[in-house]
Amino acid sequence: MIALVDYGAGNLTSVRKAFSTLGAKFFTPTAPADCAGAEAIVVPGVGHFDATSALDETWRQTIRAAVRQGTPLFGICVGMQWLFEGSDEAPGVPGLGVMAGRIHRLAGDAEARLKVPHVGWNALDFTRPARILAGLPSGAQVYFTHSFAAPVTDTCVASTTHANTFASVVERDNVFGVQFHPEKSSDAGLRILRNFLDLVGPRATGDGPQGND
Amino acid sequence: MLRKRIIACLDVRDGQVVKGVQFQKLRHAGDPGELARRYNVEGIDEVVILDITATLEKRQAMAKTIAAVAREIFLPLTVGGGIRTEEDADAAVEAGADKVSLNTAALKNPGLITTLARRYGSQAVIVAIDAKRRDDRFAVFVRSGTSDAARDAVEWAREAEACGAGEILLTSMDRDGTRAGFDCKMTAAVSDAVNIPVIASGGAGTFEHFTDVFTAGHADAALAASIFHYAESSVADLKRYLRERGVPVRQVDQSVS
Repeated sequence: MIALVDYGAGNLTSVRKAFSTLGAKFFTPTAPADCAGAEAIVVPGVGHFDATSALDETWRQTIRAAVRQGTPLFGICVGMQWLFEGSDEAPGVPGLGVMAGRIHRLAGDAEARLKVPHVGWNALDFTRPARILAGLPSGAQVYFTHSFAAPVTDTCVASTTHANTFASVVERDNVFGVQFHPEKSSDAGLRILRNFLDLVGPRATGDGPQGND
Repeated sequence: MLRKRIIACLDVRDGQVVKGVQFQKLRHAGDPGELARRYNVEGIDEVVILDITATLEKRQAMAKTIAAVAREIFLPLTVGGGIRTEEDADAAVEAGADKVSLNTAALKNPGLITTLARRYGSQAVIVAIDAKRRDDRFAVFVRSGTSDAARDAVEWAREAEACGAGEILLTSMDRDGTRAGFDCKMTAAVSDAVNIPVIASGGAGTFEHFTDVFTAGHADAALAASIFHYAESSVADLKRYLRERGVPVRQVDQSVS
């Protein structure tokens, strides 16, 4: 059973549909304690970093404790940004802090007509082998829609270049994050979600104590 | 490098895809779910469903059609046509839309753009602009192209961006369904005036028209309907053509299992 954290940042329909198609069983925790027994935790999200302020210190402590015990954690888009220490988009709102660094606004380039937001399909340039990218070739294209992004640090396993280069996939131990939308990235995206489910193991698709969402 | 997007538009009436010429003379083009499935296999980058009669006939966005298309594709899905209130947008999103496209309602009440951008994020809010050339300017029309909004397209696009729109879907009413090519001059004028992506629409007839709108038209994405619907040309062929001419487009990777 996977805890799919809904903190009110937009629309989770597509993420639910993609995980269901892959056979995952998930539930939406209503309180931090619900995450404790989950086989894995997924933090999706579209929109503004400020929305993550709904995940208060109790949520953050619970999720950090689960990660320390080895529970796989997967952040998508704003959910990936939240893995870091914080974001310039909402400076007062702390991130989970399991990855070092801050989220900055993307640069544009008027002359080269590179706009911000960065919307559309762009390539993943692999920086080192990663479990979350198993079965994909470097250069695989995925769908982005965002104005802020994570810096390239030692947790970066794939980067993407718009006007500047940012971390598009991060991985460290049992924590994974993607800046793009795997649920909107056709076969390449579904493969990444399947890789995550494989890392979680057979219990990702098994029945847990909570009812299916 | 960010790829230029090819978007298939499904103009839907009574649950079926239809296509008209200059917003009139509709003809039948197929089942929305079947078309979406085909386009996905061929490598389409996004799909837009437009309920083309909703504004005139006050119909709600068709949740059943949206769900049928959403089942077929793991791609960004936009729904437009008759989205007038927050509740209309909620219904489209609940049925499986990732983005909603506002037209008449946004002009009447630009605050709706802001409300929806706060609720779902700017990336989920497209403002659709239907415009016609008038001398050197571009006049905006509403209510499915039947009524002059007395607005300039460039100026309205700027205001929509300021209100929180994430993309502009710009349709040339002069070119719609004519296959005479996109209005590159209008597209470039709007694209250069805003920082958000501009999707060009109306007039796609040949592959060359796409090259034109991505180069001279400064478009970030191009939307077409008829050129794909009647299986005259496949999305895959179009993308091969564009790649050969140096236009960056997404390649469907056959090695992903």
